[in-house]
Amino acid sequence: MGNVLELNRLTKHFREQVALESLDLTIPEGEFFSLLGPSGCGKTTTLRLIAGFEEPTEGEVWLRGRRLNGLRPYERNVSTVFQSYALFPHLTARENIEFGLRHRAGGWRADAPQRVRAVMEMLQIADKAERKPAQLSGGEKQRVALARSLVVEPDVLLLDEPLSALDPNLRKQVRAELKALQRRVGITFLFITHDQEEALSLSDRIAVLNAGRLEQVGTPQDLYLRPKTRFAAGFLGPVNWINGVGVRPEATRVMHERPSEEVRALPATVENAVFLGNCIHVEARLATGEQVVAEVSRLNGTFRHGEQVHVWWREADELAL
Amino acid sequence: MNRVRAWCLAPTAGVLATLFLIPLAILLGYALLTRGAYGGAFPPWTFENWQRLADPLYLGILGRSVAVALVSTAICLVLGFPLALFIARAGRRKHLYLYLVILPFWTSFLVRTYAWMFLLRDTGLINEALLALGLIEEPLPLLYNYGAVILGLVYGYLPFMVLPLYATLERLDPALLEAAADLGARPWQTLRRVVAPLSMPGIRAGSLLVFIPCLGAYLTPDLLGGGKTILVGTLIQNQFTNARDWPFGAALSLGVMAVVMALLMGLIRRQDEGVL
Ligand SMILES: Nc1ncnc2c1ncn2[C@@H]1O[C@H](COP(=O)(O)OP(=O)(O)OP(=O)(O)O)[C@@H](O)[C@H]1O
Ligand SMILES: [Mg+2]
Repeated sequence: MGNVLELNRLTKHFREQVALESLDLTIPEGEFFSLLGPSGCGKTTTLRLIAGFEEPTEGEVWLRGRRLNGLRPYERNVSTVFQSYALFPHLTARENIEFGLRHRAGGWRADAPQRVRAVMEMLQIADKAERKPAQLSGGEKQRVALARSLVVEPDVLLLDEPLSALDPNLRKQVRAELKALQRRVGITFLFITHDQEEALSLSDRIAVLNAGRLEQVGTPQDLYLRPKTRFAAGFLGPVNWINGVGVRPEATRVMHERPSEEVRALPATVENAVFLGNCIHVEARLATGEQVVAEVSRLNGTFRHGEQVHVWWREADELAL
Repeated sequence: MNRVRAWCLAPTAGVLATLFLIPLAILLGYALLTRGAYGGAFPPWTFENWQRLADPLYLGILGRSVAVALVSTAICLVLGFPLALFIARAGRRKHLYLYLVILPFWTSFLVRTYAWMFLLRDTGLINEALLALGLIEEPLPLLYNYGAVILGLVYGYLPFMVLPLYATLERLDPALLEAAADLGARPWQTLRRVVAPLSMPGIRAGSLLVFIPCLGAYLTPDLLGGGKTILVGTLIQNQFTNARDWPFGAALSLGVMAVVMALLMGLIRRQDEGVL
């Protein structure tokens, strides 16, 4: 199948403020695609341009071969899960979910009640159907918001940090469910997050944005193991920068003896060893003055402040920027 | 804590009791007495004043007053809603617009009503202008009819509709409007299914604030309606002046209060049931 969504040199300026600069993206049918970047990098702006809440300063949005520029939000077959959910407070969960079926093109069809029931059962909120949003927990609200957007079967579901309002435990659980849900319904998801772990664990592909510009697009492995820019490398996880070469902490090792000739190694002094339960972070300072962190197993021995050690890594584990 | 609260409420309660309950008791007393030749109220006690309220003549006036108040309230709502919505979404300008809405309060209501008379009368600005332009042969009858009364009431009480509406609309989360559009609702559908139900508290408050004074209005019907449009405010005023029938005036006042109370109770009951 082809591409559902295409962004073509998409640009948005708010007066002098550049929110988004010439973004090109193509998203194929059925993909779980994430937009990842720090606060203010233009993620929400991108989503609002696709949904039609903002008009681009320049560039185009194409949905299934149809140019969306100038179309009102209610004329676009995309649907948004808002960060704050934006559930209608005067309507029950069921009425919230029915809202789109009543107003979208085609209107209220004979199978609408079944569709509403099916989506509520899929998201396990059938027993909350007659409650108002104020009587729902955060997780339940989030499910209603998801159900409300899914039931209209959009070409692309836009999700603006939908997990950020949940508490951390619930977040991990819902994250897993979200991925399963997307596989099951087969709808293309465009997911916004500033959490790299969320993006890595959920996405088929990720786009990293920085200050309104695209840094890199790729699979989670591409971005984590083969980042093209220092920014992408650093945003997807911690990096030790050793003589301009990047090595991830889990690929950085330490040992007391001198390692073999095949690997890259440098002498260093242990400054701190932080016990984290499942691993130990050994912080060591190289002769050059650079600090590195090695994430090592507690089975690899113990390291103490002031000890002379060798920091080493394989060439294959270097991030080739 | 409770004692502190009681002491804080005491002045308010005292003012309300003296300025509201005592006059109300006097009014009730008057309504049960007999008229004097030059005003006032004297024994013996009687229910006659209340029986006269059922006279079709007075019931008709009361009915017309309710109708005029309802129409004025409806027009205020229709005019006030878009205005309140506009102000609520005007960003940094909204405080300026709010000041403009309450600006007329800076001059006396009487003066402003006279200004309408100067505009509307046969030799007024509007008729003179239309005559001068040759658009009409004779002056239009703009003054001294129900239209003029309703115009004056709408003009006078529109701010009381706009302010509570603004207060609810301003708190309306803009994301809800976006969510509605996102789910396929066109602007008028969003208005009907999201904005209107969520601004019900403002609509209710505004409607009461307009309807109640419109029902008892005296000045506007008297000045803009003239002798041909007797409404209940004018009728009551007449009893205390020309007709010198204070007991009947008191009964009429209490009758209007009863209508308003019944309406309020009805609204509150429906509100409790979540109908409105
Ligand atoms: N309506 C607006 N008017 C002016 N500037 C805006 C507007 N909306 C966004 N911006 C600016 O555009 C930039 C991108 O904003 P955007 O909301 O897209 O960021 P984001 O990536 O979603 O950030 P966050 O993770 O904090 O939500 C920011 O610098 C922001 O201040
Ligand atoms: Mg955002």
